[in-house]
Amino acid sequence: MEEFLFTFFNIEVMRAASPILLQGLWMTLLLILAAVPLGLAGGVVLAVLSVFRHPMIRWPLIAWVDFFRAFPPLVLLVFIYAGLPFAGIEIGAFGCVAIGFFLNTSSYYGEILRAGIESIPRGQVEAARSTGLSATQTMGYVILPQAVRNVLPDLVSNTLEVVKLTSIASVVALPELLFQARQAQSVTYNPSPIVAAAIVYFLMLWPVVRLLSRLEHKAVARR
Amino acid sequence: MTDWDRFVFTFFNWKVMAEYLPKIVEGFILTVELALLIVVSGLALGLALAVIRSFGIRPLNWLIVFVVDLFRALPPLVIIVLIYFGLPSLGPAPSGFVSTWISLTLVLAAFAEEIVWGGILAVPKGQWEAARSTGLGFTATLTHVVLPQALRICIPPLTNRTIAITKGTALGSVVAVAEILSVASGAVAFSSNPSPLTLGAIAYLILFIPVVAFGRWVETRFAWKR
Repeated sequence: MEEFLFTFFNIEVMRAASPILLQGLWMTLLLILAAVPLGLAGGVVLAVLSVFRHPMIRWPLIAWVDFFRAFPPLVLLVFIYAGLPFAGIEIGAFGCVAIGFFLNTSSYYGEILRAGIESIPRGQVEAARSTGLSATQTMGYVILPQAVRNVLPDLVSNTLEVVKLTSIASVVALPELLFQARQAQSVTYNPSPIVAAAIVYFLMLWPVVRLLSRLEHKAVARR
Repeated sequence: MTDWDRFVFTFFNWKVMAEYLPKIVEGFILTVELALLIVVSGLALGLALAVIRSFGIRPLNWLIVFVVDLFRALPPLVIIVLIYFGLPSLGPAPSGFVSTWISLTLVLAAFAEEIVWGGILAVPKGQWEAARSTGLGFTATLTHVVLPQALRICIPPLTNRTIAITKGTALGSVVAVAEILSVASGAVAFSSNPSPLTLGAIAYLILFIPVVAFGRWVETRFAWKR
């Protein structure tokens, strides 16, 4: 037991590692602040485009969304990070992560919002248009607000996944929480910093997970 | 060399691709094996946890809820890294393959438990009461009446979640599992040409585009008629 505590919950090691873990946490928060709004904005664009039934829009859109949903995000990230320099483009680790996350998460958000838009009865559009709202106003003021409300649990759930996904940025040496924890672990030969990072992730995301189980059970019960 | 030639030489270099194709195929097979193992063990464990939870043993349920929350909140890569780099300091040193398998199994089990439990809750109480009043025991009611209905509700979300988590097999590359991504990045370093990565990307698309299309089909097939 003592050995277990010494190995995984070594307070001294954790305290020594805390400054660089804190730096990592800031980087993680920065990544979240970049990835979530970018992904949401891209998702709204994809979802709104899906309203157009024209095959020239519909099929490329489905192909685009399925392509980036089929691609494991880590593969996408490594591809961008390792491939772009060969094409003569240098944008640094943060830029690569931002692009990779944008392509991946906007496809997921787009699918969710599309389902939300499709859940709004056609009569809503007709009613809004007949009161004199333009197509854009109908989408922005009538359809989207209701669509977002209908798929809120899925949006929250996807945001949770995006936040968890930021940990893969460690693979391209972006100094976020997991990367810093591994640095600390390799210096101290003790896995406590990784345990500390796991605790930070857990404390940050547990309330979201609790909220989600409530929302989901409520949604199922309503059917 | 024109720009186009340079682009093809860089990203679609047939010579380099042909050289590393056999290795990528090996990685492909390993990825499929790992994914299947994760799907089978994760879904089985998740279903088992949901069934245990329905027996309503208080302290046990608290434990299940906590463990499920834990593995829903932790990023899979953190769990993999923790098992792979952490456990050896205690004694047993699991290989990268085993670490990835265990980690993603736990993550999938947590999500599956939550989804199946939601499905069990969604079966109306009258179904329980009717079944019990015809003389079925608790276990018989659960397995013959409630679970079949619950699982039907669960299929679309369960399919999507399973697909999302099996894509996590790529995370194994971080702990030296010789799956597609790690083989491909190794080959890039070796040949100083990113074409193997293109090949790896194509391998992932061959693997997952049918799976994503299947998920789409399941979603419409089992959709609730409103």
